[in-house]
Amino acid sequence: MSVLLIAEHSNKELRPFTLNAVTAASQIDSDLHVLVIGHNCSDVVKKVSEIPEVKKVLHTEAPHYENFIAENFTPVIVKVSENYTHIVCSANTFGKNLMPRVAALLDTSQVSDIMKVISTDTFLRPIYAGNAFATVKSNDQKKCVTIRPTSFDPCKTSGGSAEVVKIDAGEVSEVSKFIKREETKSDRPELGTARIVISGGRGMQSGDNFKLITAIADKLNAAIGASRAAVDAGYISNDHQVGQTGKVVVPDLYIAVGISGAIQHLAGMKESKVIVAINKDGEAPIFSVADYGLEADLFEALPQLLEELNKLNTIQK
Amino acid sequence: MKILVAVKRVIDYNVQVRVKEDGSGVVTDNVKMSTNPPDDNAVEEAVKMKESGKAKEVVAITIGEEKAQETVRKALAVGVDRGIHVKAESAIEPLAVAKILQKIVDKEKPDLVFMGKQAIDDDCNQTGQMLAALLNWPQATFASKINIKDNKLEVIREVDEGLETIEVNVPAIVTCDLRLNEPRYASLPNIMKAKKKPLEQMSASDLGIDTKPRIEQIKVEEPPKRKSGIKVASVAELVQKLKNEAKVI
Repeated sequence: MSVLLIAEHSNKELRPFTLNAVTAASQIDSDLHVLVIGHNCSDVVKKVSEIPEVKKVLHTEAPHYENFIAENFTPVIVKVSENYTHIVCSANTFGKNLMPRVAALLDTSQVSDIMKVISTDTFLRPIYAGNAFATVKSNDQKKCVTIRPTSFDPCKTSGGSAEVVKIDAGEVSEVSKFIKREETKSDRPELGTARIVISGGRGMQSGDNFKLITAIADKLNAAIGASRAAVDAGYISNDHQVGQTGKVVVPDLYIAVGISGAIQHLAGMKESKVIVAINKDGEAPIFSVADYGLEADLFEALPQLLEELNKLNTIQK
Repeated sequence: MKILVAVKRVIDYNVQVRVKEDGSGVVTDNVKMSTNPPDDNAVEEAVKMKESGKAKEVVAITIGEEKAQETVRKALAVGVDRGIHVKAESAIEPLAVAKILQKIVDKEKPDLVFMGKQAIDDDCNQTGQMLAALLNWPQATFASKINIKDNKLEVIREVDEGLETIEVNVPAIVTCDLRLNEPRYASLPNIMKAKKKPLEQMSASDLGIDTKPRIEQIKVEEPPKRKSGIKVASVAELVQKLKNEAKVI
């Protein structure tokens, strides 16, 4: 039995959630190999080979892998998968887009977004926006599994020296073409891995008012999140959305400001260690998951919060 | 152009889902059911394309028990031309759904297949990608904007890093994000008219598809409950609690 993990990277760097996926994959079986598909991505290959849990790195390079198009990635994965019992990757937009395409060609019923490895064929996964947890057993010979990264700790990044094997690139697909990617560049911690997240909702009333959130995020070195309502209203870009169809975050501290707490938003943050809710509606459902609730007008509370934080000199950077 | 739109009947997004005491699943008796929300966006986009003359015919399909056809009727009431209901007894895994849709695509020969990016019941996020693989078609997943250009689609996709634009050849599969459009409501006259639109019924076995689950659901349980929190009276108290009690700042 061997597990093949598809690495998620930017050709220059390994994406951090690959490290969480390594942890999950190594719990399925210790014979863990990682497939790096990319273009000019030898730095990534080197990084992966240094992960102690990784026994072997398969590396394939070609220009048509530069932009991670699933139609291009799939043939090489399907070919390599002959030698493996499990194909795994992170359940973020990269893995969600790619894995079902692989699974269908392998005639395998995919297990999405696992939170726990119970045995080599049995996994725990959330359903109904995390309002229920299902224990499921895959009876397919070959298993395709995507991993909820925030449910697993990241693995160590040094100490290993896995063998690197070059493999041939697969065929080029002509049906799909990458045009461009608009990434929001920021010096802040990434939303998915930040220790502290502060999120704004419809109660923020405008995009401009998010500067109140930004000021506190700067002070706490926090990532900025948002409810779907805030993104739909155009207050902030989609990559900030926390929830059932956005990102799932599990920070040490989650501060929800002006967010009522729809089921779909709670799905993305209710596993956070400490939750703070600031809302002027004392009946808002967000208070039902909050460790500390403050019933207040956010336009008064946020400036006060910044002032109080400024008084502390122990903020961890 | 001809568009096939796949819709699924799920527990309404506003319902607080409850787990059955015997751990066999969630309570669905006497629970409000609706069309999976992003499937409504898929229907809306197809209907808009028909209205703007880019599509000639729009066909909606659902797979499921008898009542699942309500989702197709709703699609017919907002402008879809005709419907297909593939009857199936219980919940079917995305792989089997994709295989059924593949059969329908072979028969109907649409240029585009639209569906929601994810069903809010099993949260699998698989069917569109699987169908694209089986048909060897391109896939434009998590679409928040679609432009038809000649015989290609330019699609803006919502990805973790921000937005990505791709161009796919037709025929293609598009899975729709909630931000793609604002689904319309059906008017009463249109709901009445929809009852007269054709709705073809068949079963999965008529199509020769084995829908036996490959994944066994061993148990369904409630997630661990959070211990109840407290209300604080002031911002100063909140900060003190976070620093001294929770020790997170």
